[in-house]
Amino acid sequence: MASICFYFQVHQPFRVKDYRVFDVGRDSEYFNDDSERSINNKKILHKVAGKCYLPANAVMLELLNKHPEFKISFSFSGVFLDQLEEFSPETLESFQKLVATGRAEVLEETYYHSLSFLYSPEEFRRQVAMHREKIQKLFGVTPTVFRNTELIYNNALAHEVEKMGYKGIIAEGADHVLGWRSPNFLYKPQGTKNIKLLLKNYRLSDDIAFRFSSKEWADFPLTAPKFAEWASQVNGNGQIINLFMDYETFGEHQWEDTGIFNFLRHLPEEIYKHPDNDFVTPSEAIARYEPVAELDVHNYMSWADVERDLSAWLSNAMQHDAIQSIYSMEGEVLATDDARLIEDWRKLQTSDHFYYMCTKWFNDGDVHKYFNPYNTPYEAFIAYMNALQDMKLRIHNYRAPELDDIKPKKVAVHHIS
Amino acid sequence: MRVLMFGWEFPPHNSGGLGTACFGLTRALANRQIDVLFVLPKKVGVTASFMSILFADTRKIKFLEVESSLKPYVTSEGYVRERDKIISDIYGNTLLQEVRRYALRAREIAQKESFDVIHAHDWLSFLAGVEAKKISGKPLILHMHATEFDRTGGQGVNQDVYDIERMSMEYADGIIAVSNFTKEKIIKHYGIPAEKIEVVHNGIDECDYANIPDSLSELKRNGQKIVLFAGRITIQKGPEYFIRAAKRVLEHNPNVLFLVAGSGDMERQMMLEAAHLGISNNVMFVGFLRGDDLSAVYRTADLFVMPSVSEPFGITPLESIIAGAPVLISKQSGVSEVLTHALKTDFWDTDDMANKILGVVSHRSLWQTLWGNSREEVKKITWDAASKKCIDYYAKMICDCGVPPEVRVI
Repeated sequence: MASICFYFQVHQPFRVKDYRVFDVGRDSEYFNDDSERSINNKKILHKVAGKCYLPANAVMLELLNKHPEFKISFSFSGVFLDQLEEFSPETLESFQKLVATGRAEVLEETYYHSLSFLYSPEEFRRQVAMHREKIQKLFGVTPTVFRNTELIYNNALAHEVEKMGYKGIIAEGADHVLGWRSPNFLYKPQGTKNIKLLLKNYRLSDDIAFRFSSKEWADFPLTAPKFAEWASQVNGNGQIINLFMDYETFGEHQWEDTGIFNFLRHLPEEIYKHPDNDFVTPSEAIARYEPVAELDVHNYMSWADVERDLSAWLSNAMQHDAIQSIYSMEGEVLATDDARLIEDWRKLQTSDHFYYMCTKWFNDGDVHKYFNPYNTPYEAFIAYMNALQDMKLRIHNYRAPELDDIKPKKVAVHHIS
Repeated sequence: MRVLMFGWEFPPHNSGGLGTACFGLTRALANRQIDVLFVLPKKVGVTASFMSILFADTRKIKFLEVESSLKPYVTSEGYVRERDKIISDIYGNTLLQEVRRYALRAREIAQKESFDVIHAHDWLSFLAGVEAKKISGKPLILHMHATEFDRTGGQGVNQDVYDIERMSMEYADGIIAVSNFTKEKIIKHYGIPAEKIEVVHNGIDECDYANIPDSLSELKRNGQKIVLFAGRITIQKGPEYFIRAAKRVLEHNPNVLFLVAGSGDMERQMMLEAAHLGISNNVMFVGFLRGDDLSAVYRTADLFVMPSVSEPFGITPLESIIAGAPVLISKQSGVSEVLTHALKTDFWDTDDMANKILGVVSHRSLWQTLWGNSREEVKKITWDAASKKCIDYYAKMICDCGVPPEVRVI
């Protein structure tokens, strides 16, 4: 039996506008660029909704209707859902329709798609709780499987997430962690009891996400029968094929004219041609399969770049400076009880801000440059730090009506039983 | 292959990027075993012992000096003034007459010497290149380090100079532009077809900048930050935008010192402007610097700013990075095409400039990342890479011109 487990990351950050030092103290709207640049959040959301979310959702709904056993799963960041509510309610509706079929599972993550687990476990728990509330409110479901920002993962995270009551957690099937072992089985995070680990099959995932339209690739063009054939080869030496990717793969990273939607449209029927195959959601996989071994992941890994580590967000001095600055404000920000201020502080925790400051591959004009809406990583840093300067001023200027009323804002942390 | 090159004085006697470029390129060509016959107007004179310091193998380079009062770097107002007035030298000729006289001497050289290709740098030597081609029939390549539009900031373009540039480029077999920025200008203002223009970016050899003295660290006591402008104080270099950005910076952070290193026809105007804005205490005019003095200033600076209105290439940012200061450069420059690890701005956007200057002086992490990455990047921007492109281009021109195979020496 080989079960295909699709999970799509759906996320858009609130990008910081070209916020200049002269705006500090005068303008506290950091995310409202309205230019033609790709830091205009509304413009980007409309563009991606038109190219990806709406057409991809239409194909998914068609497939769910056509194949009663077809299943998928999504991880929506809270900031993405916020932007749908604000800029594109029709897109939100189309996602709600998919979830309403009962065969599109929703995963848990931090509301702000943040690196909070690395810097503030309390803030991490608050953001997970906020996310759960949001998913319950918009989709009427309660996630049981957790996926951390950009598949950042280690043993400590698995322990924390197990404590919070989740049954499963998702991570990258990185070679440096797996060694000779296969990502096509479930694992048990080291030292845990009740949580199972699903690992991304990055070869097959990246065949779709990165290589699909690459003419230099020996296997180009990728067709649904060819891919189904590869997937079936797992039969006999694996139980589950975890295909994890950005949802923007469909129509945005791989444009419609590459044939990506047709590929998707025909994939389930090709997969079903091999009678041993089926589709599962992460929670079904967890119910069905037992872990084959314990996996020890001491250092953080992620799904980013060839290094599969934290270097996309945390490799140069600017990135460390920026992230330490934002988390060093935690106590003061929460003490204000100013909802707007706290929300802005959290929006500034989104991992993309630090990704934009990455200089690792900047020379080679590669993926980091492609996904960077700023002219240079240095401009991303300057705008971000200027916004933090304004935040500090807001904290300083905050005056509660009565001193007794100033208490840290509490967000309830629920545990699933 | 032997190149007849019409060039300009080498460092340390030069007063601008043209001499540095001629030197860097010639040395790299010699290292690639190309013979260069280097013709230049005699002003300071080039001694054999000096050449043996500059070149490892002097056999590759032969120098020919021509008695002439021509000098390469005269710009904007000063340029216009010198260009039009009677030069009071022993010849008593106008600049244009002198350019023509130089061209006639070039004709004599071309008659006597043997070579495969002619390479002339900037308009003052273009007629010499044209004459050499007429006599020898060898392919002519013109190297555009700056156009008349760059030198004058587009204001008061001299028709005679423009005509010489245009006529020469039309007559030449190929043109080397120091950037795409310059190539576009040549296409737009001179009507030269794009296929006739090859872009060869300048380079820098970091070994030329070893042992930079740390003599100005005193300036930085009290934690004062230093922001540097270094270049001719002329309209082309955009000094007024630097002064205006300084004003904006100082409104936010008074502990920044702005150094202006250079001289030029706008120097007095800039001093008055600083006084008028009430920032004279934070703007220091240190005059024209070269060599170790200039390197020491670069090293002391926290940021080097090049706000040029129109900069065909701009080697100074590369020098600054090697010496120890990251850079903020105008987008209207050729160097911005090869330098990714630099802050970039439109020269007229002084608010953006000030915002970026404040970013660097406020955040050590930004300084560190920017400088560290640019330092690595500059290592790849070499004269050797530029010379390689020139050699390939020579070879192409020699073939294109129908030179018979028996005289090809490639």
